[in-house]
Amino acid sequence: MVQDNSLGRKLFHIVNYMVLILVSLICVLPFVNLLAVSFSSSAAVSAGEVVFWPVDFNTKAYEFALKGDEFFRSMWVSLQRVVLGTLINLILMVLAAYPLSKTKEKVLGRGIYMGFFVFTMLFNGGLIPTYLIVVQTGLIDSIWSLILPGAIPVFSMIILMNFLRGLPEEIEESATIDGAGPIQILVQILLPLLKPALATVGLFSIVGHWNSWFDGIIYMNDTANYPLQSYLQTLLLSFEQIMLRASTDYTQLLAMMNVRTGRAAQMFLGAIPILAIYPFLQKYFTTGLVLGSVKG
Amino acid sequence: MLTKLKQQRAFHLMLIPSVILVFIYSYLPLYGMIIAFQDYNPGLGFKSHWVGMDNFEHVFRQPNFVRTIWNTLYMSFFKLIGGIVVPVIFALLLNEVARAALKRSFQTLVYVPNFLSWVIMAGIMIDILGSDGIVNSLFVFLGAEPISFLGSPSMFPWTMIVTDIWKGFGFGTVVYLAALTSIDPGLYEAALIDGAKRWKQTIYITLPLLMPTIILMTVLSLGNILNAGFDQIFNLYSPVVYETGDIIDTYVYRLGIQQAQYSVGAAVGFFKSIVSCILLVLSYILAYRVAGYRIF
Repeated sequence: MVQDNSLGRKLFHIVNYMVLILVSLICVLPFVNLLAVSFSSSAAVSAGEVVFWPVDFNTKAYEFALKGDEFFRSMWVSLQRVVLGTLINLILMVLAAYPLSKTKEKVLGRGIYMGFFVFTMLFNGGLIPTYLIVVQTGLIDSIWSLILPGAIPVFSMIILMNFLRGLPEEIEESATIDGAGPIQILVQILLPLLKPALATVGLFSIVGHWNSWFDGIIYMNDTANYPLQSYLQTLLLSFEQIMLRASTDYTQLLAMMNVRTGRAAQMFLGAIPILAIYPFLQKYFTTGLVLGSVKG
Repeated sequence: MLTKLKQQRAFHLMLIPSVILVFIYSYLPLYGMIIAFQDYNPGLGFKSHWVGMDNFEHVFRQPNFVRTIWNTLYMSFFKLIGGIVVPVIFALLLNEVARAALKRSFQTLVYVPNFLSWVIMAGIMIDILGSDGIVNSLFVFLGAEPISFLGSPSMFPWTMIVTDIWKGFGFGTVVYLAALTSIDPGLYEAALIDGAKRWKQTIYITLPLLMPTIILMTVLSLGNILNAGFDQIFNLYSPVVYETGDIIDTYVYRLGIQQAQYSVGAAVGFFKSIVSCILLVLSYILAYRVAGYRIF
C-alpha cells in the first residue's frame, strides 16, 4: 500500500491508538479490579482504597471459598455436566448430521427429518411448558435435566452437516465399493476428517454447558445439585447468608473478608476455566462462523 | 421401496435417538402450550379445565404486561443499534492499525467478556457499579455525584444497554474485521490515484463493501428483538426497577415459576413464541434475499 506520511495522518494514528487503548482498557480493567478486590483486606475494600492492585494482600477470600464444600460440590456437578453433556451432544450431532448430509434419494424422508429439527429453532414451547415436561419426565433434581432437554443442538448439528456436504463424494464412494457399511464409513473415514468441525461445535457445547445457570436453578430443588454457575448466581443476592451459615464466629470472619472480597474471589474462580481455554475459543469460534454459513 | 428402506436402515437408526429426544423436549412442550387455554391444575396435568381465552384477556389487561412489552422493545432497540454501530466503528479503527500482532492483541482483549456467563459478569457489574465500587469512586474523585446505576429506574435500562454492548461488541468486531480484510487492496490504490484521501476512501469504498455484512448482522438480530437479555436483566434487576427494567421473560418467570401461575405464564410465553417465530422467519428470508446468507 502507498504510505501516507502527512501530519494529519500521524495525528490520526496517535488519536486512533489512544481510542483503541482506552476501549481495550475498559474491557479489561473491571477484571483487574475484581482480582485486586479478591486479594485485598475487607477494611481496604470498604474504605474504597483498592483500585487495580491488592491492598493488604491476603488470600482469606479464596481460603473461605475452597474450605466450604458448596463451591467444590457445585464445581463437581459442573464438571460432570460438561463432560457428559458435551459427549452426548457430539455423539448425537454426528449421528444425525451424517444421514442428513445425504440427498433425499439416499435417505428417504430426509426433508421431513430436516424440517422436524429446523422447526424447533423457529418455534419453542416457552419456559413454562418445557419446565412442566421436564417435571413429568421425572428429571427434577437429576443431572439429566441439564443434559437431555438440549441433547441435540440443532444449529451446531447443521454446521456439521454442511461440513460433511463439503467433503468430496469420492471418499465415500470408494469405501462403499470396498464393502464398507455406513457405520464403518462414519467411524473410520469421516470422523477423522470431521475433527476441525468437531472442535468448533465441541467448544460451543463446552462453553454452553459451563455457562448455563438458569436450568440448574429451575430444575434443581435441592441446592446441593446446583452446577457452579447456578451456585454463583445465588451469591449475587445472598453472600452474607452464606458467610453466616459457614461460620459460628461471624464477626471474626467479617474482620478478614467481606461480601465484596468473598464474592470477587468466587466469581474469579468461576471464570478461570473459560480464560484457560480462551486461546482455543478465539480460534475456533471464528472458523465456526465461516463453517456455519452456506453462501449461494 | 421396502428393499430401499432396508438398505438405508443404518441411516434411520442413527437419527432415532435425536428424533426421540427432540420429540420429548421440544415437541411435547408445544403440546403443553395448551395450558395457556386451560386453568392448569398440577393434579390434572394437561387434562385441566378449558377456559378459552381467559388467561390472555387477564394478562392483556394487566398494566404490568404493557409495561414489560415496552421495556423489552425499548432495551432491545438500543442494544441492537449500539450492537452494530460500536463494533463497526471499532473494527474500522482497528483496521487502520498496520501491525498485525498489535491488531490481534486489541482484538483478543475486547473479545474476552463475550465468553463469560452473565452470572459472572453480573458479579463484576454489581461490584464495580455499586455505591462504593470503582466507577463511583472515580466519579467522586472527579467531583461528581455518585450514580445509582442499578437502583434507579431512570438509569437502569441504560446501564443494561451499555453493559450489554460492552460484553458483546468483541464478537461483532471479529466479524467486521474479517469482512474488512477481504476487501481488495487494489481498490484503495486506484482510489488514491484518483485523488481520494483516507476519509473519502472509507465513505466510498469501505462502508459500501461492508454494508452486506452490516445488513446481515442487523437482520439476524431482528429475530431476537423480543429477547431483551433475560440472563443479564434477571441477574441485575430488583423490585425497585421493575417499572423500567422488567421484560417479558423475567415477567413470565415470576408469574409462572415463582408464583406458580402456570397458565398465565404460559399465555404470555405463547404470545411471545408466536411473535418471535414470525420475526425469525422474516429475518431468515431477509438475510437470504439481501445478503445471500442461509444456514439451511
